[in-house]
Amino acid sequence: MLGKTAGGLFWMFRYLERSENTARLLDAGFRIALTRSSAAENEWASVVATAGVSRNYLEKYDQYVARNVIDFLLRDRTNPSSVWSVIEAARNNARMVRTALTREVWEATNECYMTLRDLLSHPVSERDLPDVLGSIRQQSALVRGALHGTMLRNDIFDFARLGTFLERADNTARILDVKYYVLLPSASFVGSSLDNVQWESILRSVSAQRAFRWLNPGEVNPMSIAEFLILDRRLPRSLVFCYSKIVDNLGYLEEDYGLRLDCHDKAMPILKRLKDASITTIFDHGLHEFITTFIRDNIDLGAQIEQDYRFSG
Amino acid sequence: MEDSKQIFDEMHGEAGGVRYPYAEYQKWLETEDPARLRRKSTASEAFFRRTGITFNVYGREEAAERLIPFDIIPRVISAREWARLERGIEQRVRAINAFLHDIYHRQEILRAGRIPLDIIANNAAFLPQMIGVSPPGNVYTHIVGTDLVRTGEDEFYVLEDNARTPSGVSYMLENRETMLHMFPELFAEVKVRTVSDYPKNLRRSLGECAPEACEGKPVIAVLTPGIYNSAYFEHSFLADQMGAELVEGHDLRVINGRIAMRTTRGYDPIDVLYRRVDDDFLDPLTFNSQSQLGVAGIMDVYRAGGITIANAPGTGIADDKAIYSYIPEIVEFYTGEKAMLKNVPTWRCAEPESLAYVLDNLTELVVKEVHGSGGYGMLVGPAASKKELAAFRAKLKARPGNYIAQPTLALSTVPILTKKGLAPRHVDLRPFVLVSPRQVNITPGGLTRVALKAGSLVVNSSQGGGTKDTWVLEE
Repeated sequence: MLGKTAGGLFWMFRYLERSENTARLLDAGFRIALTRSSAAENEWASVVATAGVSRNYLEKYDQYVARNVIDFLLRDRTNPSSVWSVIEAARNNARMVRTALTREVWEATNECYMTLRDLLSHPVSERDLPDVLGSIRQQSALVRGALHGTMLRNDIFDFARLGTFLERADNTARILDVKYYVLLPSASFVGSSLDNVQWESILRSVSAQRAFRWLNPGEVNPMSIAEFLILDRRLPRSLVFCYSKIVDNLGYLEEDYGLRLDCHDKAMPILKRLKDASITTIFDHGLHEFITTFIRDNIDLGAQIEQDYRFSG
Repeated sequence: MEDSKQIFDEMHGEAGGVRYPYAEYQKWLETEDPARLRRKSTASEAFFRRTGITFNVYGREEAAERLIPFDIIPRVISAREWARLERGIEQRVRAINAFLHDIYHRQEILRAGRIPLDIIANNAAFLPQMIGVSPPGNVYTHIVGTDLVRTGEDEFYVLEDNARTPSGVSYMLENRETMLHMFPELFAEVKVRTVSDYPKNLRRSLGECAPEACEGKPVIAVLTPGIYNSAYFEHSFLADQMGAELVEGHDLRVINGRIAMRTTRGYDPIDVLYRRVDDDFLDPLTFNSQSQLGVAGIMDVYRAGGITIANAPGTGIADDKAIYSYIPEIVEFYTGEKAMLKNVPTWRCAEPESLAYVLDNLTELVVKEVHGSGGYGMLVGPAASKKELAAFRAKLKARPGNYIAQPTLALSTVPILTKKGLAPRHVDLRPFVLVSPRQVNITPGGLTRVALKAGSLVVNSSQGGGTKDTWVLEE
């Protein structure tokens, strides 16, 4: 496979994953804004921070208000991570790697692009937001479905999956990074309804509020939420789950190519650290530090994969 | 403006009945509900959009990707008509390859005085870098798209030879797919020859042209300028259908006398490069030094037999519009036979008497730039305004050698489906020809381009033309 093609697949699926994550973040933020108007501005600020685009946002707007945040995260072309920007980038990558995709995956991607182009051609009102967010998630689910249903399980698939899980791990880690203060024991006292809302919002932004309730009946506390998002092997958006997948896919590539590279040596210790950790040791050593180290390692691994598989020369 | 009596309609003929190739289609059409046809027509557009069969229009930021309109009424050619065209095209393509070999080697045709020396010597399409180079198997034009027009029952003309990098074959294939998808029952009733073997034949044909350096199964790659190129869809489509890598200049470099592509496991040599990049951009060391689209050093590798470039550099000298008028002589010179397919009569404005005639009769002629393509820089005399005529007159006088002129042909028509039912529109035809040392293979049919505006003779997709599925009937 061409190095460029591997890179195109990797980024195509990173971008698709990002569009879905941004939709989830907006969904969670919107929910808080609706139910807690006093907390709305803070919540929107943390949504923008989690998306990693605070600086770009503040260049354009002074305040975090729903209308601007929604527009900036959904449609703004000057925001490289807006849903529209990443969907366009995903489709451009898909065109570039067209020969590596089945007709089904390409058509689902193209359809996703055309549907969202129509939905996002005008500012999205708060009234329409839930529907639009639903469509974004649905469209990316269709691409994922086509990928799983029609693609060969070979290096093409591995690079697509690596992109997905690196992006997803980054997203979950950023949610924890921005909201870690809500999860710290010192800041919490049982029964604060604002804390409950914040916790709920964290779970909602990884689409796991229901799963959490089933697995942890009756005990919503910050430590168990952090444990769920970092260490639960069943949750498809937890850090440990993402890294199991990353290590698996890197392993398939190693086997397929008969080539062990630096990225393999970098990924393994990250997974091991997650597997060996308990939530009490993480809190003892500092949640924030744990998360920032993870984000740094994750970025570093992405760059290593890019280099090892010659994405760009 | 046009004398309607002279126009030949391929479906209804001159008499207004139904010509025999369309008999079975007509039977089916009579049983169809017109409203259903129109619905199908709309559905076909959604089908094309979803598949992403678009082309990019340069210089338009928004709506950069456009669809080429597709008309659902097929253009039908009988087995007998096709057999005749096929023989004529093969003869012409073989002669063109012989001409290219000669012109870059001994130049017998110039010595024999059959074509003037200065038409070669002063021609930018003639590449001195190709002198003495023999491409693998002596094939120069691996892929040709011979543009044909028709003016009567037995009147076919070659309009252009397109021996560089003809495009449009993906539309030929997708048009058929669309028709099969929309009207499966129709193909059960009418026996139409398949076109879907084209990618397989292309791969085989290119493989048969592998260079000496090739070991084992030939590795084929398609070289594209990238996703913003107007024909990118076609490049990726062909690579995908052939099972070949789609590469850009920056994926390639010279390693050990071969052209190699950067893969996830290192650099792999390529045997045959189907390039969809113009000569000028192929090698910054040999041609345009600013080019980012080619590969530095590829010409040296090529000359040493390390790679096959398809089509060969320098084939433009054979489809140059100034050379075009000499093709009948060229066919005779290399095959010893009369050309089976006619040329459109052509005035070479470089010749003073011709120029005088052209200036006197401008309102009846089509004037084309010698090196132009895509319908740009062309004057259609009968349709031009006084201002346009005056402007062109000045251009002709300033640089006569840059132009040729042809009579305005009464191109045949085929009906398209309009809101008011069937209506005749002018068409041309581009069959696709594959050349290898072993054979010349012509896909039955080709791309029919159709002018969508009533009376218009400009069929180019960049100027609002559409396409049709082209049927060659089985015996």
